[in-house]
Amino acid sequence: MDLIVCVKHVPETAEAEIKIDSAGKTIEKTGLVFDINEWDDYALEEAVRIKEKSGGIVTAITVGSEDADSTLRKCLARGADKAIRLTDAKFEGSDGYAMAKILHSLIKELPFHLILTGALAGDDGYTMVGPILAEMLGIPHATMVKKIEFSNDVVKVNRELEGGLEEIVEVKLPTVLTIQTGINEPRYVSILGIRKAMKKEIKVLGLADIGLSENDVGEAGSWMKIEKMFVPPVEKQAEFIKGTPEEVATKIAEIIKSKGLI
Amino acid sequence: MTEIFVLAEHRQGQIRDITFEMLTKGKELAGNTSSDLTAVLLGKEIRRQAEILSKYAKRVLLVEDTKLENFNSEAYKKTLSKLINEHKPLLTMIGHTSFGVDLAPNLAATLKLPLATDCINLEFEGETLLVTRQMYGGKVNVKATVRKAESYIITVRQAAFAAQKPALNGEIVEASSPLTEEITKKRFIMYVLPPPGGIDITAADALVGVGRGIKDEGNMPIVEGLAKSLGGVLACSRPIVDKGWLSNDRQVGSSGKTVKPKLYIALGISGAFQHVLGMKNSDLIIAVNKDPNAPIFNFSDYGVVEDLFKIVPILKNKISELKEAKT
Repeated sequence: MDLIVCVKHVPETAEAEIKIDSAGKTIEKTGLVFDINEWDDYALEEAVRIKEKSGGIVTAITVGSEDADSTLRKCLARGADKAIRLTDAKFEGSDGYAMAKILHSLIKELPFHLILTGALAGDDGYTMVGPILAEMLGIPHATMVKKIEFSNDVVKVNRELEGGLEEIVEVKLPTVLTIQTGINEPRYVSILGIRKAMKKEIKVLGLADIGLSENDVGEAGSWMKIEKMFVPPVEKQAEFIKGTPEEVATKIAEIIKSKGLI
Repeated sequence: MTEIFVLAEHRQGQIRDITFEMLTKGKELAGNTSSDLTAVLLGKEIRRQAEILSKYAKRVLLVEDTKLENFNSEAYKKTLSKLINEHKPLLTMIGHTSFGVDLAPNLAATLKLPLATDCINLEFEGETLLVTRQMYGGKVNVKATVRKAESYIITVRQAAFAAQKPALNGEIVEASSPLTEEITKKRFIMYVLPPPGGIDITAADALVGVGRGIKDEGNMPIVEGLAKSLGGVLACSRPIVDKGWLSNDRQVGSSGKTVKPKLYIALGISGAFQHVLGMKNSDLIIAVNKDPNAPIFNFSDYGVVEDLFKIVPILKNKISELKEAKT
């Protein structure tokens, strides 16, 4: 089974302090650590596991600048066979729709049975690339997938619903599945594995190579255009407790006691 | 007169909260744009649900078909495409839920209509649709304009708008189903309920919620100790379940449980929307996080900007001391 995994190189912001840059449309990227988008990490692992069971090849594709090569190297080290990076200054400002067009223009030329990608990207959170890509390719899709089971020309997947509920949906191959975190346990990559991956080729393609025009991509080719970025308004601001850890812990214990909870 | 469509989301006979939240916002938008508010309801034997929705909208557009009994993005896409093409609504609102994210992007691509996802607010400025969304796990908001079109699709975040009480008495209009053939490329098979048993975190008076900041599975006893000292239970945010450090019956948030304990202590939890949705109505919320800008502090009564490992062991001892002093 030939698999394609679409991955994104994103800044890790869950535990980092982030600042809005002076132009007010994006965040300051300096000092942030970039890595494979968390959801895509699970998608890659799932693809490699399927390949290990059923054979075939895994191609990892990303859209991004040269920095994104480190994410592709990680994919290669983890078991991807090929890596392709789509890059062009004109891609800047693309939303999920423009991203799907960029990916589609390449993927339609490639052989595949299954396309996996993350259910969403941790940076922009658009949650749209997978199902749009599927529509452009004229194939079905399923999102938020937590389990995959193959039988002949169909795949049975568990989709995550709200409140701990799941649903089982059967989808015909070829298909696009967007993967939810927790579907597997992404493997650890050894230093040796990374070194070996350094020698593998990363194919780089630009706007003209994939037959798109300027108007298809970037802000011009997007549905959404960011006008302004700002700090979320605060509904209820916590009262900050300051002091040494000892003082802070004493104060918290007193608050809990004052509410009759001890 | 142009319309604003709200796609009613229902599962196992129940209309889901997001529907009423969207209808509330939809009513406001309909007023601002001189449009009619239409609830779109697709399903099988759903007259009762249509009656309920008619109290919230000018019109309920009802399509009944056996093939619409359970949600299936392919069946919904075909049916909604027909309705949108015929009615040309100014806007179609769909929940940013597991159903909505499976449907909306695919539908928008089919109809070649612009889509804005996971919106927490939206407004029309003249002809321009402006949406507010969050990025970077809720650490920043953005205002975005949507490409001009005669009809827009948006997905709306759960709990972004408070649902108001019913105030209308709309008509129910039946439309025919365009689903002539069986849908074979995607089929709903069954629901899978969470396994019974396990711990019921919704019943606890005190919850200690742990997130990414715990760093390593080996650190779990530290937070567990605090939960025990409080006579409470350990809960967590999604990454802890994904890593397999706690089972999913401990997960608080949109894909886990909604809790309302007397005390919720959030340790190393940044406060992504999905988690906050599950715990923001707790009576007393205390958060410890190293990042002073962590969104969790916007939902907490008390906050401590500090490494949780410096606070938790001392706090546990203080609580144990106070308990002993009491007995």
